[in-house]
Amino acid sequence: MARPIRVLVAKPGLDGHDRGAKVIARALRDAGMEVIYTGLRQTPEQIVAAALQEDVDVVALSILSGAHNHLLPKVVDLLKKENVYDEMLVLGGGVIPDEDIPGLKESGLAEIFTPGTPTQVTIDFIKENLKRGL
Amino acid sequence: MNLEKGILNKDKRAAARLITMMESNDPEAIRIISKLYSHTGKAKVIGITGPPGAGKSTLTDKLAKRLRQENKTVGIIAVDPTSPFTGGSILGDRVRMTDLYTDPGVFIRSMGTRGHLGGLSKATLGAVKVLDIYGFDYIFIETVGVGQSEVDIVKAADSVLLVMVPGLGDDIQAIKAGIMEIGDVFAVNKADREGANRTQVEIEMMLEYNHSQWKPPVTQVVALHNKGIDDLYDNIIKHLNYLETTGQLIEKRQQNSELEIIDLIQRDLMERLVGNEEKRTTISEMARMVANRQLDPYTVSDNLVKKIIANDNF
Amino acid sequence: MFDKEKLAKIKQDQANWNENKVEKTLSKFPERRKKFVTGSNQEVKRLYSPADVDGLDYDNDLGYPGEYPFTRGVQPTMYRGRFWTMRQYAGFATAEESNKRYKYLLEQGQTGLSVAFDLPTQIGYDSNHPLSEGEVGKVGVAIDSLKDMEILFEGIPLDKVSTSMTINAPASVLLAMYIAVAEKQGVSSDQLRGTIQNDILKEYIARGTYIFPTGPSMRLITDIFEYCSTEVPNWNTISISGYHIREAGSSAIQEVAFTLANGIAYVEAAIKAGLDVDTFAPRLSFFFNAHNDLLEEVAKFRAARRLWAKIMKERFNAKSPKSMQLKFHTQTGGSTLTAQQPDNNIVRVAIQTLAAVLGGTQSLHTNSKDEALALPTEDSVRVALRTQQIVAYESGVAETIDPLAGSYYIESLTDTIEKGAMEYINKIDTLGGSAEAIEKGFIQKEIMDSSYEYQKQVESNDRIVVGMNKFQVKEESPKGLLRVDPVVGELQKQKINQLKSERDNQLIEEKLNKLREVAQGTENLMPYILDAVRAYGTLGEICGVLREVFGEYQQSVIL
Repeated sequence: MARPIRVLVAKPGLDGHDRGAKVIARALRDAGMEVIYTGLRQTPEQIVAAALQEDVDVVALSILSGAHNHLLPKVVDLLKKENVYDEMLVLGGGVIPDEDIPGLKESGLAEIFTPGTPTQVTIDFIKENLKRGL
Repeated sequence: MNLEKGILNKDKRAAARLITMMESNDPEAIRIISKLYSHTGKAKVIGITGPPGAGKSTLTDKLAKRLRQENKTVGIIAVDPTSPFTGGSILGDRVRMTDLYTDPGVFIRSMGTRGHLGGLSKATLGAVKVLDIYGFDYIFIETVGVGQSEVDIVKAADSVLLVMVPGLGDDIQAIKAGIMEIGDVFAVNKADREGANRTQVEIEMMLEYNHSQWKPPVTQVVALHNKGIDDLYDNIIKHLNYLETTGQLIEKRQQNSELEIIDLIQRDLMERLVGNEEKRTTISEMARMVANRQLDPYTVSDNLVKKIIANDNF
Repeated sequence: MFDKEKLAKIKQDQANWNENKVEKTLSKFPERRKKFVTGSNQEVKRLYSPADVDGLDYDNDLGYPGEYPFTRGVQPTMYRGRFWTMRQYAGFATAEESNKRYKYLLEQGQTGLSVAFDLPTQIGYDSNHPLSEGEVGKVGVAIDSLKDMEILFEGIPLDKVSTSMTINAPASVLLAMYIAVAEKQGVSSDQLRGTIQNDILKEYIARGTYIFPTGPSMRLITDIFEYCSTEVPNWNTISISGYHIREAGSSAIQEVAFTLANGIAYVEAAIKAGLDVDTFAPRLSFFFNAHNDLLEEVAKFRAARRLWAKIMKERFNAKSPKSMQLKFHTQTGGSTLTAQQPDNNIVRVAIQTLAAVLGGTQSLHTNSKDEALALPTEDSVRVALRTQQIVAYESGVAETIDPLAGSYYIESLTDTIEKGAMEYINKIDTLGGSAEAIEKGFIQKEIMDSSYEYQKQVESNDRIVVGMNKFQVKEESPKGLLRVDPVVGELQKQKINQLKSERDNQLIEEKLNKLREVAQGTENLMPYILDAVRAYGTLGEICGVLREVFGEYQQSVIL
């Protein structure tokens, strides 16, 4: 028996729309993962501290405020600074225009899931792209 | 990353990884903790438990902040139930502690109740040792007070804080049956609600049967508004001082170690008995015979245990 | 509505029809699905007939527009007098840019303003706060002080427009700024018309832009009720919002139930604060969502009106009919829009517009087709506004009042929704009221369950969303989306610095100290907030003082 996949689900920025974050948290739980949920209004520093202490495999960031180009790369940079980026899969989700996605991926986000993405797609992506073994 | 050096150098990544490995019952983690075991014992370990919705996480958050005022460092292990159906879980205790995330003197780790290859208590007590080696002054283990395994891990603390809330009614009866006796310090949280005094009196009445020298104090608090936290903090410290000055701390730790050793032996034996597919098949086979009345369960179990003792395996 | 004999015959005929016609057809042509449900999972029968409304009493349950229980509408002539207020929610970047958009919308025939604030403003932070980084001007306009507010309404006479402001936790401060701008225009506060959202409970439940804990938040709200009842008598002091509850994934019944339960909590708080129910209740307004299930939505609006009237009359002993009228703003459902084939959203919005109008809304915001992608462009906002105008001027549905009344299905569904909502309200009462039910996570969990259920239905293709899980096409990425220049954040920071170097900082200090003192007591906070605003104290400074005294709300997460 392998250990469960651990996922941090976090909402960077100030927007309070957590429907998506909660749906994905539940879906990941129902797929047998251990989800650490951190609530609203998280700064990149808080998210990275939590990811590090929880030793998660995945950092899933949900953002709808439009501040994604600013906040998501910042999380990646801090993870790199803490030397944990190489073992963590960083995902983004929310209202993010297509044209922003290449830039976000270049900055180190593994994938961006926009509205309408079935949760199963996210689950499969996580299982196929984990950076370290279970 | 060299975990052994890392943990001794207060690298949080090393602590985090060692806990993950303890959760997977990784022999390498057990080797490291065994090797560094002499570094443990310095931290004061406080168990926090109570019924669901009692506000344990919020209270943990406030107590941790109180300790930070004294310049003490704090490790927190928050245990949440895992779904028995999917094996997954949502661990949400951190939501109550967001201010502490970036505090360098604090470490928070969430754990699910299942999915630990060596069992919950082995994993959590392993995590406590990791945080102890790291050098945290205080370590909190926070868990909901239902289920024997949760109660067991809280019992392993030096001091146990039991959190109640007014108006639980029948729940308090249910709780008193199981865990009232393990509380060293009591808090009535959400004490701005009706019935706080009554709950306090009820707890105190139950404690009258306690004839030990230490009378568990009951403190009314409103964790959300940071009210009564100083008093509660003082009472916890008083209890820890009491344990130390009366020599009971070492006694209590000896008892806890005994329970831990027995638990480890049980797990080890079980592992040897049913730890792989082949052995489980053997047992299923015998179970079939027991069900068909060809064998009796006593003889089966006796024979298996004898085999382990004789051959160190079967 | 039918006599007993007639009803018995109808029931018999229907049973015969079912046996002879339906069963036979079904054996040859099975229906599309085993069970049919509404947009929010209420089972729908094959046919509705008088048998489904046999308990309906026309006078007591429906009555006449403008009369209790207001099922058919709150005004006697409804849209024959004048159309609903067409009010597009707008605001982004700086006050200067938003001011331009407002003037454009007014030129296009919009009849009221609706201000969107950026997130730092909604959470009471100035643009130079560390948490504001990257968020300034993004989802609405950035307002840091009275200076920005003056620019926002420059050239717009405040005695001529009605203005709705989507602001909650710091509602007192923004209302104070609005009053202060009016003073500078020479408009007295009793001439001001508009609405502040001011609904903190749904922020805790669904929207997330809360600041203070429940107790102080409720005090700020009742302070506004009290202050406005004499000083700003034409102002709607709260817009009790189901919109965001629905967006968070609730069902139609839950939207009605939780919104009215919150309404009950506000009325109770105001009564407890010593206000007479008939002085503040007429200024309560509501805000609902309009989703795609046209008939269910129409029934929802009717049920909400009837239930609120009963609650005000029976539970709170209101005497004035105005206290019993549920007046509401509607916004079409943002969560129903798809990022895929965004043009399809125009059609969805048209259906939702019909639902709102057939449901008797007092004002309406129609979403733009590109809102699942980004902020709407000027072109797409115009199409959204035109949608309302087409329904108003061309569709004919506004020419008579409550035209769907008497439909067996609509009346039956209206009943079902009212009963379902009432059951929830009873449960919430048992839990100790809305605030308690929120703290226990009950309401959030109920919504979450509905939302997760919906998600699973969509993912299993049990529920079809056109263009998303069926009828997909390969699409190019959309072009020409509206972007907020990141420079806005820097601009706002400079403005604050300049302001702080120009204003009388000694005076601010005094005003803020006074505010702190009053916050620690029980006196009405509004006049002191207004004083601080007039002296050009910033939003962040004023909310900062209140944060010190009140503390901050901690979210309750039950998943």
